[in-house]
Amino acid sequence: MKFNNPRIEQKIMLGILWIFTIITVFILLFIILYILKKGLPVISYNFLMTNPVDMGKSGGIFSTIIGTVVLTIGAILIATPLGIGTAIYLTEYTLENKFTRIVKFGSECLAGIPSIIFGLFGFILFVIKLQFGWSILSGSLTLAIMILPTIIRTSEEAIKSVPYIHREVSYSLGSTKWQTVTRVVLPSAIPGIMTGIVLSIGRSIGETAAVIFTAGAVLRIPTSLFSSSRTMAVHFYILAREGISMPNAYGTAAILIIIILIINMVTYILMNRFIKKYS
Amino acid sequence: MSQLERNEKLIQITLAVIAFSAISFLAVITFFIFFEGIPIIIKYGVKNFLFGLDWYPSEKSFGILPMIVGSIAVTMGALIIGVPFGLACAVCLTEFSSKRIRQILKPVIELLAGIPSVVYGFIGVVILVPFIRDNFGGPGLSVLAASIILGIMILPTIISISIDSLLAVPRTYRDGSIALGATQWQTTVMVMFPAARSGITTSIILGMGRAIGETMAVIMIAGNAINIPHSILDPVRTLTANIALEVGYATGEHRQALFATGVILFIIIMILNTMANVMSSKRKGRN
Repeated sequence: MKFNNPRIEQKIMLGILWIFTIITVFILLFIILYILKKGLPVISYNFLMTNPVDMGKSGGIFSTIIGTVVLTIGAILIATPLGIGTAIYLTEYTLENKFTRIVKFGSECLAGIPSIIFGLFGFILFVIKLQFGWSILSGSLTLAIMILPTIIRTSEEAIKSVPYIHREVSYSLGSTKWQTVTRVVLPSAIPGIMTGIVLSIGRSIGETAAVIFTAGAVLRIPTSLFSSSRTMAVHFYILAREGISMPNAYGTAAILIIIILIINMVTYILMNRFIKKYS
Repeated sequence: MSQLERNEKLIQITLAVIAFSAISFLAVITFFIFFEGIPIIIKYGVKNFLFGLDWYPSEKSFGILPMIVGSIAVTMGALIIGVPFGLACAVCLTEFSSKRIRQILKPVIELLAGIPSVVYGFIGVVILVPFIRDNFGGPGLSVLAASIILGIMILPTIISISIDSLLAVPRTYRDGSIALGATQWQTTVMVMFPAARSGITTSIILGMGRAIGETMAVIMIAGNAINIPHSILDPVRTLTANIALEVGYATGEHRQALFATGVILFIIIMILNTMANVMSSKRKGRN
């Protein structure tokens, strides 16, 4: 765009930019408030604590809450040791070489793979080839692989930001590398690492495509690692897509949104604390 | 070697094994998707698979051109909507607003990234689809609806990476330009944007990857009809939707064909990832 007066040009462009920005923020707030407005009235003690009746037409969402919690805990338990171990190896035990570059590239690629591909992979490997069936186990393993890159990256950044002098002091006192890592580096890096874990919890709770083909959608409360289970996100998807019950769909969505809000708040607080500590 | 040294050695080896296994997942995933998908592409011919117009699994007819066109259509639509809004936000928050406003708005926008994709799809179903049906005609479930929702979904990716790369431009560039008498807007367009170009491009490529890979939201609002769309009000089926809609009950060659669809999706995503990777290493190299 050409204007004769650069000042007027700036005023006009600035106006347009702000309109775009305000629209963006408005859309975000609209989505959240709309779901909360329609969903909050549905939520009650009974809604949370009773099992779905009639495929979710009535009743609550208790079994899907259990399903979500179990699946998420499973995924975190598998991915956290792997992720932190990888991060420690990359930052403390090797210098930058071909191997670390390959690991980093691999984890970046994993982060970009769409969840439906994870779903397909988990379906063919865990559900069919290894015969775990649609189960908590297949679902947790699939989710774990999906959240691994997040945990690796955030742990790596957290460990890197611990000042080098802490390590030198520890070595000068005669500690070994492992002692330094576990007693000096990791304790200081924990808020940063926690950020990654909390983000991963959020991603696991909201995930649908990777879960529906690996953990299935059975509405009963799971009794073993090999029983199929339905998460809140999957339940919400089925309620909405098949038009089973709109009020219950809004209620479930509102709970998902509330959880995501809490998780974002927690990561924000953790991150600020971490940044304050080291800058 | 003392006990202590042996332990240290053992720990180092264990950690190396863990790091290696973490990365080997990528290889395993690639292997399984390709192992299941490639044979059927070879059997029916690459050309027939990629450019075939008919997808009738029961009659052994596997052509995914409509789905490829569908994916491209909704992704382009998402970029047309998401990029201008995303960049406008990023510029506003870095160049034209106080640090305080940025500190409030950035986490709010990043919140968008955490909302589950099914919730976006749901908003599309209950608000956008009826709106399009009533005001523009057609079934409502359409390229347009999917583009708008995907455009919103890629905003956080575009905004937060663009903000980071604009903030990474050395302050002296901006000061130099202002000192030469340029307005803030001229500085933004002629100095800041070119300097942050690779970061901004990375953000757009990653947003594109997110849009092309999105599944559940798209299934809910794109209509899933297998045909080449003639207008933005026509329903389409994307590659991701094709997989998700049918994998639950598919068997034999039908299932393999779905994995072959996954192969195409996988290749597209890998090309985008590599491009983003090259872009960001270029950026690091320059700094």
